[in-house]
Amino acid sequence: MSDKPENAGEKPEKTGEESDRVEAAETVKPGVEGADALVTSEATQTALEAGTQSGENVIDTRRGMFGVSGSGDTSGYGGLVRTIAMPGQTQRPFGGWFDEVVDVLEEILDGDSGPGFDAAVEQVVVDRGELTLFVRREHLLAVLQPLRDDQDLRFEMSSGVSGVHYPHETGRELHSVMHLLSITHSRRIRVETAVPDADPHLPSSVSIYPTNDWHERETWDFFGIVYDGHPALARIQMPDDWPGHPQRKDYPLGGVPVEYKGANVPAPDNRRAYN
Amino acid sequence: MTEQTNQDFFAPNVDTEASDYRSFTVEGGDWTDVAEEAARLGEERIVVNMGPQHPSTHGVLRLILEIDGETVTEARCGIGYLHTGIEKNMEFRTWTQGVTFCTRMDYLAPFFQEVAYCLGVERLLGVADDVPERAQIIRVLMMELNRIGSHLIALATGGMELGATTVMTVGFRERETILRIFEQITGLRMNHGYVRPGGLAQDIPPGAIEHIREAIPSLTKGVRELESLLNETATVKMRLKDVGHLSLAGCVALGITGPVLRSTGLPHDVRKSEPYCGYETYDFDVITREGADAYDRMRIRLDECYESLKIVQQATDRLEAMGPGPVMVEDKKIAWPAQLAIGTDGMGNSLDHIREIMGQSMEALIHHFKLVTEGFRVPSGQVYQAVEAPRGELAVHLVSDGGTRPYRAHFRDPSFVNLQAMSAMCEGGQVADVVVAVASLDPVMGGVDR
Repeated sequence: MSDKPENAGEKPEKTGEESDRVEAAETVKPGVEGADALVTSEATQTALEAGTQSGENVIDTRRGMFGVSGSGDTSGYGGLVRTIAMPGQTQRPFGGWFDEVVDVLEEILDGDSGPGFDAAVEQVVVDRGELTLFVRREHLLAVLQPLRDDQDLRFEMSSGVSGVHYPHETGRELHSVMHLLSITHSRRIRVETAVPDADPHLPSSVSIYPTNDWHERETWDFFGIVYDGHPALARIQMPDDWPGHPQRKDYPLGGVPVEYKGANVPAPDNRRAYN
Repeated sequence: MTEQTNQDFFAPNVDTEASDYRSFTVEGGDWTDVAEEAARLGEERIVVNMGPQHPSTHGVLRLILEIDGETVTEARCGIGYLHTGIEKNMEFRTWTQGVTFCTRMDYLAPFFQEVAYCLGVERLLGVADDVPERAQIIRVLMMELNRIGSHLIALATGGMELGATTVMTVGFRERETILRIFEQITGLRMNHGYVRPGGLAQDIPPGAIEHIREAIPSLTKGVRELESLLNETATVKMRLKDVGHLSLAGCVALGITGPVLRSTGLPHDVRKSEPYCGYETYDFDVITREGADAYDRMRIRLDECYESLKIVQQATDRLEAMGPGPVMVEDKKIAWPAQLAIGTDGMGNSLDHIREIMGQSMEALIHHFKLVTEGFRVPSGQVYQAVEAPRGELAVHLVSDGGTRPYRAHFRDPSFVNLQAMSAMCEGGQVADVVVAVASLDPVMGGVDR
């Protein structure tokens, strides 16, 4: 486990500020080119060529090379400071059907009964041929309902919910990631919602996608994200009386050192990490 | 949370043992009525635990059934008995070592986890285009053989649960043919760790193609034998027809995929809708039926065996036509040193490779050491990669923070999702039909619990 860096709080989330996004446009995201080989639909092919990455979401700042501090390392690597960033806001055009989906959703959300696109969707990220919508938790259900029901969107099936823990992304530590599938249009999108660790609540999507029942239970079990309105948010994999949420980054893996031919092999979470 | 990290999770719970532990007495209001009703219903209400150790629950699955006579009024699943924390463990190993872990999830279909995971890593790396065609063909070949093996187990155990032990012996006998092929090619009968990010651990050995060619007619004959045992047998039809019904709307709402979804008539197959590994170039049909019951799911599995055999035939033809070639990406920064050979102590790095890194090239030694101990770095981002496993859509959600280990690896296992349909299929039916309905879902607990 890497130590919490002192300046984690100085790297706030840059969403919502257009000027910041444009400044960050210079950042080169490795691995973007040619990452789409497996996506064969032509629309998605054009999407990757058109969509320009122009932002990043800083999730961590790390120091040193091997996750060790105070070792008296004189190589100089101990002084390394690196920011860890995930792909961020993408500028239009997103390319292919991505634009169509975002346009239709924008039209619905900006309509009379909708919460407004900008209020509901924080970011639209196109990376590696996949469309991700970062949705604010207050409006999650208002976004999911048209995504499922509108005939031009029609993401009728949910492929499940998964969680990711970013312990150093202040105020957005826990991410709930939902993957939606449209069998009708043969499309997939990702709907991601970030919640703070201090208040890990977001509305349950079971009323819209009944299949998310067990997935949300699993994400609660492993990450401690509370899905309000879930019919029975009980643990599913771990025993009912288990303390803690095992997939969080601050939960230890456990394990014991093993002796092999006279040498001691440390437990997996105590081995050298090349962070 | 940091507070919890330091606490001993296995210590007895202090709160409940404290001396000032208080008890509450509930009185007044309608509590007396509620208590009386509970006492009265307690006599009639029977809750039966099926499992977790019951031969017909496919491993350690616990079914909690509320029954009224022979009718199941409420059915729920208890899972988690086989949870081994594979996803958590993967966060502490390199990207290449992840294969060794994820292959152990759904132990009847290990190649599908391996391929889904490796396709995901390749897309994160941006090398998906560079994977040699030969590697992709061998992946398809192994997956389709694996699909037949998995379906044979589904049919065999399904038959055994109904008392048809001949179905079981035939199914397991035919699967043995497939396991022999796997053993010859990968060295292991299950948990192969054969597919690697960027390609394969090694090429198929000499003689394997001939072995597969000989196996195809015998497998066809075996599947035909199962068909003749099952398809028109009166008892099988009586037990399976109209049992475990789940409509298309139910399937879509509950996220059900695979043979269960196709038994409602919807031809959804990831191999066709989002082809990977070059599936768009193979000639095969998606099998659908209209009955949406256990019988149709059984027939779909049998027919899919023939379709898979068709793909196996095409893949072996292509492998023979193309001749030897690389099975790993050219980028030496990703390709794990895979110069394997059989030594006195089993499979390992070939002596030639050891001679080179230890005696001839310092750079080769450094490279070998760096790649094996540190691993390769994967650019930050996330991908979702789906493949069509025997039980439905198996998908992997991979997150990288730019490091040498997966930041998060989540598997959407079809068994886990499909098991949610158990309640919808069983409630209102007979207790004996629960066994049939669960068998038609074909859950594998290794995949459900991970």
